[in-house]
Formats: sequence, C-alpha cells, structure tokens
Amino acid sequence: MRKWSRRAFITAGVLTGGAVVFGVATRRGNPAHKVASFMAGEDETLINVWLKISTENTITVVAPHAEMGQGIHTTLAMMLADELDADWNLVRMLEAPAHEEYANYALRRGYLAGDIEFPSFLIDTVDGYFLAKAKSASSQVTGGSTSTRFTGEFAMRVAGASAKAVLLQAAADAWDVETGSLRAERSHIVHDATGRRAPFAEFAADAARLSQPSAPVLKSPDQYTIMGTSVPRIDTPAKVDGSAMFGIDVALPDMKYATVKAAPVFGSSVAGVDEDSALGMPGVHKVVNLGNAVAIVADGYWQARQAIEKLDIEWSPSGNEAREQSDIFQQLTDALDTANANDGNQPDLEIGDTPGAFAAASEIVDAQYRVPYLAHATMEPMNCTAWVHDEQCELWLGTQNPLGFRMRVARAIGFEPDRVVVHNQYLGGGFGRRAVSDYAEQAARIALEVAGPVKLIWSREEDMQHDRYRQASISRFSAALDAAGRPIGWLNQYVEKHVPVEAPHIPYAIDNQLIHFTESRTHVPWGYWRSVDQSLHAFFTESFIDELAVVAGKDPFEYRRDLLVDKPRFVSVLDLAAEKSGWGRSLPRNFGRGIAIGKYFGTIVAQVVEVEVRDGRVRVHRVICVVDAGFAIHPDGLIAQMESGIIYGLTAALYGEISIRRGAVAQGNFHDYQMLRMNEAPDIETHIINGGERLGGVGEAGTPAIAPALANAIFDATGRRIRELPIKNFDLSVRDPAAIDIA
Amino acid sequence: MIELSINGETHALDLDPTTPLLWVVREQLGLTGTKFGCGIAQCGTCTMHLDGIPVRSCVTPVRAAVGREVTTIEGIAGSEGSLHPVQEAWISEQVPQCGYCQSGQIMAAVALLDGNSSPTDSDIDEAMNGVICRCGTYGRVRKGIKTAALAMQDDAEAADDA
Repeated sequence: MRKWSRRAFITAGVLTGGAVVFGVATRRGNPAHKVASFMAGEDETLINVWLKISTENTITVVAPHAEMGQGIHTTLAMMLADELDADWNLVRMLEAPAHEEYANYALRRGYLAGDIEFPSFLIDTVDGYFLAKAKSASSQVTGGSTSTRFTGEFAMRVAGASAKAVLLQAAADAWDVETGSLRAERSHIVHDATGRRAPFAEFAADAARLSQPSAPVLKSPDQYTIMGTSVPRIDTPAKVDGSAMFGIDVALPDMKYATVKAAPVFGSSVAGVDEDSALGMPGVHKVVNLGNAVAIVADGYWQARQAIEKLDIEWSPSGNEAREQSDIFQQLTDALDTANANDGNQPDLEIGDTPGAFAAASEIVDAQYRVPYLAHATMEPMNCTAWVHDEQCELWLGTQNPLGFRMRVARAIGFEPDRVVVHNQYLGGGFGRRAVSDYAEQAARIALEVAGPVKLIWSREEDMQHDRYRQASISRFSAALDAAGRPIGWLNQYVEKHVPVEAPHIPYAIDNQLIHFTESRTHVPWGYWRSVDQSLHAFFTESFIDELAVVAGKDPFEYRRDLLVDKPRFVSVLDLAAEKSGWGRSLPRNFGRGIAIGKYFGTIVAQVVEVEVRDGRVRVHRVICVVDAGFAIHPDGLIAQMESGIIYGLTAALYGEISIRRGAVAQGNFHDYQMLRMNEAPDIETHIINGGERLGGVGEAGTPAIAPALANAIFDATGRRIRELPIKNFDLSVRDPAAIDIA
Repeated sequence: MIELSINGETHALDLDPTTPLLWVVREQLGLTGTKFGCGIAQCGTCTMHLDGIPVRSCVTPVRAAVGREVTTIEGIAGSEGSLHPVQEAWISEQVPQCGYCQSGQIMAAVALLDGNSSPTDSDIDEAMNGVICRCGTYGRVRKGIKTAALAMQDDAEAADDA
C-alpha cells in the first residue's frame, strides 16, 4: 500500500467523488489559485474553481453537489458545458472537495435574496457576500431541490460563459484578431474569416490569467445545444457493473469494522456496559462507549454485529420510557386545543377577514387530518470510514453536506476543521437523511480509539430506529362556502412547522384565509424528509379542497380550475393533466380517479392517480404527472425524478408509518416498515411543460401531490375519505362509510 | 479452510463457515459491487447467484456456497469485458438513480432471463419483487428487462444463423 500524502489524499477524494465549485470564478479576484494545488493535475489548467482544461482538451467540470441518484453531476456539467460551447463528449465531471471555496454561496444567495435579480455591477459584491455567509455557516448542502436552480443557474452557467469569454480573448490576443470575429464551437475557437480553428487547450493557460467577467451574457434557450437534451448520465456505467464507489465500499489497508447500538429510547444514555460480554467473541477488538451509544470494533462487520447483539448494556432512564404513539398524538391534539383556548396559535398566513367570511357562509365544512412519523430508509444504511492519523481525521462517506460534516465532526472530536478531510462518495440514497452528521461523528469518535482506519456500518435496524423523522402532525380545517359552493373562507390550524415556509399555503383564490400553527415537540428527533413540510401539507390541503368540491357538488378538477383561473401556469399544468388522464371518462367498477396540484420548490406539478379498490385491496394502476419546472435542463432526468418522487410518496402514503412504543421506534426493518415493490409499481406517465419561468427544483417536487391524488382517487372509487395516513391502516373492504372507522 | 469459487476464480479462506456469503465476498475478497441493505433477506440488494440461482447472500452462510459456483455483479460481463445484455439495457433505459440496489436488480434480472427468454409482466413481478428500490426505478427496471430480453433473443437468433 502506498503512503498517502495529505495532498494525495485530497486529490484521491476528489477523484473518487468529492464536491466543489467554479462559480466563484466570477468574483473579482479569481480564487482558483487557492484550490489549484489539489484541483489541477500536471497537464491541466484550472480556469476558475469550477472548471479545468487539460492539454488533451478535455473539460473537467467541478460540481459542488453530492450525487444521490438525482443525476446532478450530469445536469451541472451540462449547464457549464453548454455555456462554454464545449464538446460534450470531452466533458468530465469531478465532485468538489469539502473546501471553503466550494461553500454553497449560490444556494444561500438564492435563499437569502429570495431569487432577486441583481444589477450586474453588484454581482461581484453579492457573490462575495453570499460566499462569506455560506462559509461562515459551513454549508455545502445538496438539498432543498436547489442544485440546478441555484448552483446551476448562478454558478455553473456563469462559470462556463465567463471561461468562454476569456478563452475567446486569449485566442484573439494570440491570433491578433478582434474578439468579436471569433466564436467557440465544440471545445474549439474558430475564426470564420480565415477558417482558423484551434482547441480550447491551446489558450487555457493564457485565459486563466485574464480577468473573468462576472456577469457574462448567458444563452437564451434557443441557443442551447446541450441543455434541453437527455444526454446519458455520467454515473450510469459505474452503477451497472458494481464499480461505483459508495461510502460503504471504501476499503483501506488494515481497516477494522465497527457497528453501534444506540440508546433505544431517544434521550437515554449508557449507564453501564459489560464489556466482557463481547470481548471474548471471535474477531472482537474493542468496546467503545459513546455516551448515548456503544460501538464494537472487530475484524469484520458480521463479527461486530454478532457481538453487539450479545453485549450487555444498561441504559439510563430518560423519562420517555413509557411513551406510546397514542400518547404523542394525544399531545398534539392537546397542543392544538390549548393553543385555541389560549389564543396561542402562531400566525402563518392571514389574508382578508376570515371570521367575517365564516359569519357570511352558506355552509361550513370541517375536517381533521393526521400523518405519522416517517423514516428515510435509504437503501445504503448509514456508514462512515474514519482514520485518525498525523493529527488529522479523514472521513470517507456519503454526505449531503461535506463542509457541514467537516465542521460537526471537528467539533465532536476537538479538532480544528482544517484537520478534518472529507472524501465524499456516491450516496446510496439521501432524501435528507445524509444531511445529518450523527454517523460521521460516531465514526470519528470510534477512530480516535483505534489504531488505523475503521469502517462504521449501521445495521438496518439501527438505521431505522435512529433516523431523524418526518414529523407526525395533525391539521384541522374549516372552510366557509358561499351559496354556489365556492370557498370564501379558509381556516387551517396545524402542529409543528418547518420548511419550506410556504408549504401550508394554497394556490387557490380564496379571499379570506387564516393559517396558523402551534409547536409541540416530542422526544422523537426531526429531520428533513424528501419534500419536507410539503410531504404533509400537500396531503392536507389537496384532500380538503377535494372535500369542498364534493360538498359543492362540483367536479374536483373543475373546482380547482375555477379557483386557479388567475394563474395561467397552474391552469396549463392542470389542463394537461386532465387531458392526458382522460379526466371525466368513465371507469370500470371499483376504479377511481383523483387529482392534486401544487407548486413545490418552484416547480408546478399536477398528478392524476387511477386506482382500483377491490376487496379492500388498493391497486394503483396509473399515474399521470404533468410538471412545469420552467425549463427541463435534462428532460429524461426530470422524468426520472418525477417517477422517483412518486414512488417515494406512494410508498409513504400506502405503508409509511414509524410509531413509538415504550419510547422507542417500534419498526426495525423492511418487514415492518413496508416498501412499495415491483408488483405494486404503477405505470407513470410524465409530461413536461417548459413554461419558461425561473427554474424550479425537481428532486422533491414529485413527492407531495401523490398522497392526496391517491386519497382522492380512493374516495372516487369507494366513497371513503382517507384523512389519516398510511392507507394500510384502513379496512377498505367495508363498503358502508358510516360503519367505518380508522383501524 | 473453505474453498470458494467466485466468478470463475477459486479462493481458499480461513473463516467461520456460518459467516454470511455477503460479508465474505465484500470484506475478504474485496468485491464490493454486491451491497448490504437489510441483513434479513427483505430487500434483495445483496443478490448473487449460486449455480445460476439468485440467493440473498446476507442470509446465506458461506458454507452453503462450497462446491457451487458463486456469481456476483462483477462476474456477469462477457469474457472480453463486453457488458451483459442486461447491463447494456440498464444503460440504454437509464435505469439507475442512486444505484445502490442496482447490482441486486441486475442479478435478479439476469437470473430471470436465463430461465425465461420472454418474461411477461407477471413473470417480472415475481422475479423482481424481492429487490427494493427506494429511488423508484421499477418502471425502468421492467423496461430494461424487456429490452434485454429482445437483445438476447436477437443474439440467440444470430448465433443460430451462424
């Protein structure tokens, strides 16, 4: 085994899939030199922190986001390459390392500035400001469906166009011609007047020394040559032959293996551990007490796993040992009641005069909805390989926030952040789970106690029982309808608010709205779960609007459409969904159709579900999905994300339920946290509208609407209104709605 | 000592014969294409072949593989490094997303097509139900199997003609 230098390590980490950035390219004072020492190889020129050009004329795009299945490495490379007029066949991709220059300045700019367009003369300052903000927060996040719409738009495209500008200028200087007489084409500079043509590589070194424009002119969609096409994904070949490296696949010489058992009840800690109960077992080296968990270090995972099952651990009581799921739902109910009684609700959105609307109503409709906790259940259980040596700690893992993990791990083991090196790998699923650094902190702390590298692998049970969970929540509604059945007042009270802040807000034209909430935290830790608050509020609001349509005696599609007429983007998405699904056409007996629409992460999505309910069994046959993300950078990738989001949301709607029993998570593996499988996967048909508005995110936008569309379809098929998820808890074989109750 | 034949190579290993095949292949032999997902034969990401039959290697003790041919994702490509038609189809249909379950999906699909050159949808359901994909690539897996089936039929016809 060769000895690694620190620089070699960083390079290797980058090559196997880290995460970085060239967008800062356009700040005054190109910071590329700060990263060039480890980003550029001998035959390469780093033009800015986002791209380098080799002597062979290959372009390497440095993308600062983690690949967790969403295809982001391909999409970001496309955006830069198109603006650069690069030859796509010669484009390579490198994930940026966990380095400050690759902090999420674009993401924070998008968030903090609320998508404002800045005058171009301010962009240097603004980018510098936002990078400073992102750095100070140690943020390098892949999440919030932001990579394409923020990093892609604000960093990759600008970097490509800016690099093209300096390449053209360098060529003009070399050939002694006007810059305007040159153009870039497939990684070459072309002088049409003389027919002269030379590769980018010839000018790379000179170009890198020129000052790069911070606000270059970007292409309009009719000028795109790569964006808008479905090029094959960069990561596919390695994912069909077993060679793709995930965190769990990392192998280092003399590596040990570890697994952990954390306190079953959240908030509890280790009171005592009988190390002898495990130390005699074959291959077992060490027991490490982590305070709220215990680790076993062994020669292999299997030995560690067997030993930890035998390990005698005493847990200190946390006071939550008697908590049951029913207690938690009672707590949420009490919190809502108390907030109402004490005028203690927190405002979310208030429009018009809601009490006045209710006073004037012809009819008032009430409903209450409820959703359970959910786990992420990424296919790759949490794992991290850590090695403490030479006063540094190196980590190999899959993370959605390399820079954030570096900071958190440094804090956990008392190192300076620059002594922690993160080598990001492919993520075997993220969905928000890999934004939480608990597993990396554990691995680093175990590594402190072990000579040589150690790979920590969680069992599936540990993964499911020590996740950060999508909240359980209750949402109550009242609507005031006028004589025509049209809503004039909308009152919504729910428990526990996270992000995105607009999740509970409806797109419908209702003049008087009061949306408010109360907080009632439990001992169950919360985490970002694909689409976050949209995953519950879409179910609540799109179910309730459906109920209003039924009370009003209107078709649910027409009812929505009438309330959206002032929003043409919504109308075109809704109309296409109705058209493609054959809305209104008759269905066989026991079949039903349901629709839902919303704007999620800047993207408008409508879905129509066709369901069959026979003998109580729910079978989703078909999903029609219409999506307007502004522009589909990679149409097939967008379709794949809709399919993915739909299956993820459908799985949760039908089966997803984490429940608390005696203070701990009751479910432990896929036998009791059931997943949708091949035989239940519906046909999914996605239609794209390139509406031309600002880009929306797509990684999460497919998830929210599917639960209400399904529940509405079940109502259409059976007359049974699903107000609580998951659907598996309902006995739908009961035909009489009056006779049913929640199982 | 345990003697194992994996992807045509023989290995002599000194280990506990009850160790699951998965961990032997991943940790002792360094073939990490096969993944760990659940440890209780519920998710199928660890699917390998024993004499061509798909098994969940996370619950298969290594001693059960003695005297049989073990095939993993690393062993299904052609002798000249050409991809298996299922792998080719996975690329043409752009099946993988995160990719973590895909070794299991591909191994289950290869076993299906070895025994059934033109599987129906219900054949596919039956053969593939054991492999969970959290990215929801099921529709593309189904398409990939059909694409691969056609390619394999064409190959077989070409071989017959020759």
